[in-house]
Amino acid sequence: MSSVYFTKSAARNIFFGGSVFFFLLFLVLTFDTTRKLPKSDHRENLTEEVVRGKHVWETNNCVGCHSLLGEGAYFAPELGNVYTRRGEAFIKVWMQAMPTGAPGRRQMPQFNLTDEQLDDLVAFLKWTSEIDTQGWPPNIEG
Amino acid sequence: MQYQSQLVAKPYFIAAIGLFIAQILFGLIVGAQYVIGDFLFPEIPFNVARMVHTNLLVVWLLFGFMGAAYYLVPEESERELYSPRLAMITFWVFLVTGALTIIGYLAVPYATLAAMTGNDILPTMGREFLEQPLITKVGILLVVVSLLYNVTMTTLMGRKTSITIILLMGLWGLAFFWLFAFYNPANLVLDKYYWWWVIHLWVEGVWELIMAALLAFVLIKVTGVDREVIDKWMYIIIALALITGILGTGHHYYWIGTPGYWQWIGSIFSALEPIPFFVMTLFAFSMVNRRRRDHPNKIATLWALGTAVTAFLGAGVWGFMHTLAPVNYYTHGSQITAAHGHLAFYGAYVMVVLTIISYTMPIMRGRVANSPQAQLWETWSFWLMTVSMVVITLLLTGAGVMQVWLQRISETPMSFMATQDELATFYWLRLVGGVVFFIGLIIYVISFFIKGDVTLLSANNQEGSEKVGIPKADTFKEDIQPTIAEMKVEQDDVPVAQISTSKMEESPVPVETSTQEMPLKDK
Ligand code: HEC
Ligand code: HEM
Ligand code: HEM
Ligand SMILES: [Fe+2]
Repeated sequence: MSSVYFTKSAARNIFFGGSVFFFLLFLVLTFDTTRKLPKSDHRENLTEEVVRGKHVWETNNCVGCHSLLGEGAYFAPELGNVYTRRGEAFIKVWMQAMPTGAPGRRQMPQFNLTDEQLDDLVAFLKWTSEIDTQGWPPNIEG
Repeated sequence: MQYQSQLVAKPYFIAAIGLFIAQILFGLIVGAQYVIGDFLFPEIPFNVARMVHTNLLVVWLLFGFMGAAYYLVPEESERELYSPRLAMITFWVFLVTGALTIIGYLAVPYATLAAMTGNDILPTMGREFLEQPLITKVGILLVVVSLLYNVTMTTLMGRKTSITIILLMGLWGLAFFWLFAFYNPANLVLDKYYWWWVIHLWVEGVWELIMAALLAFVLIKVTGVDREVIDKWMYIIIALALITGILGTGHHYYWIGTPGYWQWIGSIFSALEPIPFFVMTLFAFSMVNRRRRDHPNKIATLWALGTAVTAFLGAGVWGFMHTLAPVNYYTHGSQITAAHGHLAFYGAYVMVVLTIISYTMPIMRGRVANSPQAQLWETWSFWLMTVSMVVITLLLTGAGVMQVWLQRISETPMSFMATQDELATFYWLRLVGGVVFFIGLIIYVISFFIKGDVTLLSANNQEGSEKVGIPKADTFKEDIQPTIAEMKVEQDDVPVAQISTSKMEESPVPVETSTQEMPLKDK
């Protein structure tokens, strides 16, 4: 790096110019994504129930053990597609049957959700399973 | 240490190390729960232990960054910190907020904590890394704003160097992107989209500025290389980091409901993200090779080199491994992610904080460097922690490859839980790796208490100095003076300090100036 041709101020200008340019480009892409999202997230199905279900999901920190669309923890099964994998009835029974208490097996706590919270949670998981995720996960096991 | 107020960094660093220990203890708990599923259940469910593990990580790294800023900004600005008092108040606010939050996690069920802390007013909790109650999030924001106010004022009133400018941009960016932690739309896709503005734009964006500035600072100190040269490298590194890293965010937008073009943008730009990490490695080694002094703090130099190499491995190599969309399709959210997350966080941010601590702590304790004995302990801890983290990463990578194979590629995919059973051996060995890491950490802590023949400044030009390679006084002035000032205050090693004081005060000109005017060795 010869200092005559490539000076510190040249490097600094590339830094400022480059960062600003790419951040603006990122904002443009964000704008475009926001415009296109309603098609893939099926916003029309985003009911009150789903919104409350997300709240149940968050306030019980399910993401601390599970992943959702591949993000979260890797200790317990992926739940983005659990609605498709297991269906509504299974999920509800499952939530009420926890913990299994099977010795040495990974445990999921009992959250004592009300019937309404269970409905909301399932609605949220159903809505999530319908998001267009470009074909992810590779198979039903998540 | 030229300025008294730099000493506020000390409690920050001590707190950082304390929380680091707790982080690793909880790492061991989660590691154990991976193989003994009902370990500590129901007292500490996995999600709680994990949240404590990751939040402590982020909080102690923030303590480290803040301590570094409070130490470095006065020195670079050539004046006392704008308000040391504010820095100390901020310290206690942060420590108490952090402690209460962790206690909250452990003491009550998460849902209760959420209800107690006003999550219904503005729901922000229950998302990975952003589990903190609203008041903690606000607390973090206030603490960072207070830091920014303090160090920005200091800089504005003093000398402005490239290092402080970049550090400040990094810290301002950290605060800015933290604001997205308060944005939690009901639409999961949007939620995830902006969640990454905190997570990705932190670790692969603004934190890289902080990392570059801290590394540059330490390298200037331990190598004595001309600032102009170091500054140029620094700008090149951060330019590459942001040019690749901003659109690189796209590598998280493959499968969360965002448009398909992100697979192209994310793959292309994030595939270039290893370059700045590679340049950082070149930078560190080339500076050390061109060094114009042999700083007696050998271990700080080792940490600096280790940071560059391990960050390149963890972020660059392990990041690249799963960043192309066709690969990520299979590895997304698997143990491969965990492998990368560990080595990248450790190599880049844990190690850079340990580098700055290693360089500054001895000075704040009244010496240029720790005794060779203490450095030997620290060197052991360096290797134990680094090698065990690499081994942990390799084991998780093995687990990840097998998981992807059994659960995602196979014609007859196994269920998640059945797959996990197959991986038990990897997880057991990972736990062993974690124990070795913890031993390394304990040795690290012990190294602070090893006395030995401390490399006192007064030893310059005296016989003892040759053994530990202390350079002649004039090349060393910069580091010597602060230490003397400090010794006067701490009265730790009074007799020696007094000798050295009388000697050193005769020497003229600060080294900074003379260093810059000297021609480069290799020209
Ligand atoms: C402490 C960790 C933990 C937390 C927190 C947790 N889970 Fe689980 N969950 C598990 C484990 C472990 C399994 C697998 C258990 C087994 O197979 O024995 C599981 C399984 C499930 C399953 C069945 C998946 C399948 O494909 O069979 C569902 C549904 C589920 N959890 C929903 C939830 C929801 C909803 C929440 C939040 C309210 C939650 N979990 C919180 C650990 C957890
Ligand atoms: C300085 C050292 C460490 C750092 C920087 C670190 C960092 C992290 C990070 C960033 C995560 C979140 C990972 C992700 O979401 O992909 C995590 C999770 C985890 N860590 Fe660590 N960790 C460290 C040490 C350890 C040790 C020693 C152990 C155990 C022996 C451990 C065990 C775990 C486990 C089991 C998880 C949860 C993985 C999951 O979600 O299933 N960590 N750690
Ligand atoms: C020091 C810098 C870095 C740190 C600290 C870091 C840390 C992490 C962590 C903790 C995660 C897991 C997030 C989660 O829990 O969902 C992650 C994910 C990821 N990182 Fe990095 N990373 C760094 C740099 C990089 C680089 C340079 C690349 C690319 C070359 C990269 C590629 C990825 C990818 C593709 C994922 C998503 C994994 C998945 O799909 O599950 N990272 N990173
Ligand atoms: Fe990323």
